[in-house]
Amino acid sequence: MNAAVSDTVDQVQSVEKYKYGFVTDIEADQAPKGLNEDIIRFISAKKEEPEWLLEWRLKAYAHWLTMEEPDWPKVNYPPIDYQDSYYYSAPKSSEDGPDSLDDVDPELLETYEKLGIPLHEQEVLAGVKNVAVDAVFDSVSVATTFKDALAKEGVIFCPISEAVKEHPELVKQYLGSVVPYSDNYFATLNSAVFTDGSFVYIPKGVACPMELSTYFRINASNTGQFERTLIIADEGSHVSYLEGCTAPMRDENQLHAAVVELVVLDDADIKYSTVQNWYPGDENGVGGIYNFVTKRAACRGKNSKVSWTQVETGSAITWKYPSCILQGDNSVGEFYSVAITNNYQQADTGTKMIHLGKNTSSRIISKGISAGKSQSTYRGLVKMMPKAEGSRNYTQCDSLLIGKECGAHTVPYIESRNKSAKVEHEATTSKIGDDQLFYCRQRGISEEEAVALIVNGFCREVMQELPMEFAVEAQKLVGISLEGSVG
Amino acid sequence: MLEIKNLHAKVGDTEILKGLDLTIEAGKVHAIMGPNGAGKSTLSYVLSGRDGYEVTEGSVLYKGKNLLEMEPEVRAGEGVFLAFQYPVEIPGVSTMNFLKAAVNSVRKYRGESEFDAMDFLKFVREQTKILNIDDDMLKRAVNVGFSGGEKKRAEVLQMAVLSPAFAVLDETDSGLDVDALRIVGEGVTALRSPERSMLVITHYQRLLDYIVPDVVHVLADGKIVDTGDKNLAIELEKNGYANYVEAAA
Repeated sequence: MNAAVSDTVDQVQSVEKYKYGFVTDIEADQAPKGLNEDIIRFISAKKEEPEWLLEWRLKAYAHWLTMEEPDWPKVNYPPIDYQDSYYYSAPKSSEDGPDSLDDVDPELLETYEKLGIPLHEQEVLAGVKNVAVDAVFDSVSVATTFKDALAKEGVIFCPISEAVKEHPELVKQYLGSVVPYSDNYFATLNSAVFTDGSFVYIPKGVACPMELSTYFRINASNTGQFERTLIIADEGSHVSYLEGCTAPMRDENQLHAAVVELVVLDDADIKYSTVQNWYPGDENGVGGIYNFVTKRAACRGKNSKVSWTQVETGSAITWKYPSCILQGDNSVGEFYSVAITNNYQQADTGTKMIHLGKNTSSRIISKGISAGKSQSTYRGLVKMMPKAEGSRNYTQCDSLLIGKECGAHTVPYIESRNKSAKVEHEATTSKIGDDQLFYCRQRGISEEEAVALIVNGFCREVMQELPMEFAVEAQKLVGISLEGSVG
Repeated sequence: MLEIKNLHAKVGDTEILKGLDLTIEAGKVHAIMGPNGAGKSTLSYVLSGRDGYEVTEGSVLYKGKNLLEMEPEVRAGEGVFLAFQYPVEIPGVSTMNFLKAAVNSVRKYRGESEFDAMDFLKFVREQTKILNIDDDMLKRAVNVGFSGGEKKRAEVLQMAVLSPAFAVLDETDSGLDVDALRIVGEGVTALRSPERSMLVITHYQRLLDYIVPDVVHVLADGKIVDTGDKNLAIELEKNGYANYVEAAA
């Protein structure tokens, strides 16, 4: 640590005497509440980052101060006090965890039970102390095996903070190249304060030998609320990336503002699947995560392809538009989405397909399910730029309503500046019919099971895009997240 | 098996069933015939427990238990099956998945072990073979894009796999051409057994050529107005319901 940095750290330390950590580096350490340049310097110093990255963060912060929080999404929430949050919190010491599963919220355990998560994994997910992570599904050996297999192919898969140190040239070249630091309010905030995330690089011509999943990594490093993920698929490479743990994380943090950047070069493809199941708040709308996420893929090379698949059942508020910039000729963008809202959840989600290159194509399949008093909005943009000769888009937005107090909204924006481009949009809204429920119940299927069955049928086109083991858990999640929505 | 006494039921403010009495013994097939609006479908929904059909008087005992206080899925578990006049579409849910969910729910209710995917496939294939149903139907979404005949055959298949003790067939002949009628009729007949009672509701006699009933009832204006053997159905076909409707009014 150089003199200037340690000076900053000392300064920050004196701002607030934090009761735990901060004094010792090993136990829980946390920056004081609030956001200012010093905090950013502190984060950067903690991560032992190079000067250019600190500069980048500070530029983002300065820009953020000039921005206003967007008010166009169809979501309502009380103003967020950005000074009332912690922006750096290293993994909590296991001392803070419950002593055993007996001390864990029984409702949470019940959910794990329904998902069929083995006891050992439950203990880790619930943060029970003294359960070594390596005791769980042999994660050490699993991690080692898969690291070896990946290294053999030249695949880099590591925390982004590690990539900054080990592969600075790649990070410097691509970080912020898809989502610039000035992009939008939440992405800019993320650029200033991101603490960790994943970094993936697939070398030329390599088909990644396994599905990459944050699951393993999160268990190891417990990433924070501002994740930054960067995936680069070099020419002719292929990778499938799974994001999210399918067990509900009762995170005490209110605000999640993540950024995901994908870069796809000639003839390469990335399949990015998400199952998002963060705490949605209780049945009265108290608590829950605000999930403001910027995800964007740049299909830079010819014949490149990106496929986003997401199943969103959690969070009190979801604000998320995984997008594709189809720059390379013949590049393909896909977006498959299931967004389920229940109780007082609000989701404003969709995609942007920006067609720049010739013969680019995109496909959007969005399934929104609203129950309880929730509101679900599909918001999508399809843009055909002047050079997008022969490009085409197909969009299908289906909404399913359960009960009388929820809402579903579809807001498609279509802009075409090329006469040869074709854009198709179809939208439907339906309800779960009493006749469908009765039909199922007459066959012995309980009402809740019937709802799960019908909704899974409604989402089938999206579910079948998910990798196998993910799909099974996602199907169970659909049932769990809609419990109590009928009757 | 089933004992209905003085059953009164209304839909909204309109009384449809007005004191219906009916007893069905184990292993017997009863047919109910009657003109439109007599209350045939209402009876099938009251027996299966559909919302919106309010029983105002009378009782229904099924295997000695009060059927009317059971939820629809409990009735199914207890062995009551309704073959729908208009089977309902469930998009995106394969017939196979639906059958499996139904059979396992009912087995669970009966305290039997649930089928795993392989065993269930075997079990269903045995049934489709007996009923001469193309296995391709199992992959298609429940009733979606099915022809009239396919829908009714799917209902019979559901009946076969759920193995009910008491089945109500609500106008199973509607929307069927002669060939389909024969196939469905034979399918149902194959499912007759000494432990299984059936109530076949129909407007026309033709279905009863294939499912020969033990007893035939005439339902008019919410009541059973005549009872006889299978010859009563043939007579009705000749003379129509006019006399009964006039008498009931």
